[in-house]
Amino acid sequence: MGVIDRRLPDNKLTEVIDKVVNWARASSLWPMTFGLACCAIEMMAAGASRFDFDRFGVIFRATPRQSDVMIVAGTLTLKMAPVLRKVYDQMPEPRWVISMGSCANSGGIYKTYHVVQGVDKIVPVDVYVPGCPPRPEGLMYGVIRLQEKIFQMKVLRR
Amino acid sequence: MAENEKKVVQKKEQQQEEKPKVDFNKFPEVRKIKEKFPEAIEEMDYFREELTLRIKKDYIVKVCELLRDDPELSYNYLEDICGVHYPKREKPLEVVYHIYSVSRRTRIRLKVSLAENEEVESVCSVWPSANWFEREAYDMVGIRFANHPDLRRILLPEDWEGHPLRKDYPLEGPPGYREKWLREHLPYYNKL
Repeated sequence: MGVIDRRLPDNKLTEVIDKVVNWARASSLWPMTFGLACCAIEMMAAGASRFDFDRFGVIFRATPRQSDVMIVAGTLTLKMAPVLRKVYDQMPEPRWVISMGSCANSGGIYKTYHVVQGVDKIVPVDVYVPGCPPRPEGLMYGVIRLQEKIFQMKVLRR
Repeated sequence: MAENEKKVVQKKEQQQEEKPKVDFNKFPEVRKIKEKFPEAIEEMDYFREELTLRIKKDYIVKVCELLRDDPELSYNYLEDICGVHYPKREKPLEVVYHIYSVSRRTRIRLKVSLAENEEVESVCSVWPSANWFEREAYDMVGIRFANHPDLRRILLPEDWEGHPLRKDYPLEGPPGYREKWLREHLPYYNKL
């Protein structure tokens, strides 16, 4: 946070500010939907009424400019890799990345010429959700873990 | 295990022997092609109610036009064009056409064998849907189609080198090629 960054000591006031800011950030995680393969179907199911991501404040946005977290759902091919990086660069900070499914985590079964062996080679990843594809509960757990991670952040004293 | 394998081999031989002889002249497709282009058909096969004809390279467009335009055949729907690589054959490349007649509900398969560096005439003039199929065959196997309106890669990136469905193409590509490609297209790739 610009000028006051790292200049404030740990005290009651800064901790309260941290809590408020983190609560606001964690309670309105708007994901950039980056559906690439079958994981995208599970992601859509997680967003629909049965699993209902809205109750976490997770509302899918179709543009990187309005989103806080990118859910990379599916196989990232080499041809798509520059696009993923471009979309990530367009997101405003603070931003997070959830890697969803085996293919996004490590390439999965595609140890082949055309698949990136893990999206962490392209963008920094905060939460890895295993599964092929993960069930909506799995993605939900990943979002909850990301919220826990956000609550650990120190806004004024990084 | 060895005995089992022998049994399997024997069974296969028996099956091949038992394959019934087919009178190919009962198919109007074969009759019409033979009538108009007596040299076009190299080989015929009929297996599980599927007719397969191997056509000489120079006749493919003429045969396709005949199949489409003849009212008795009316093959109006090109289902797929595949490229295949058989590295041990004398002519290592093969193009497979699957054609369907909607009105007659019949299907026919045409095959064309090609040597390396040989071109086959494009059938885009017969069925416009051949455009993307032929681009895919060019992209993955490296078969070149003469007189194709727009022969460039369709699935892989445009600057890709090599044709991945060739049998001699390594599974992970040429060593280091994937990383090299990513480094060229992503300035961040090595910094993470």
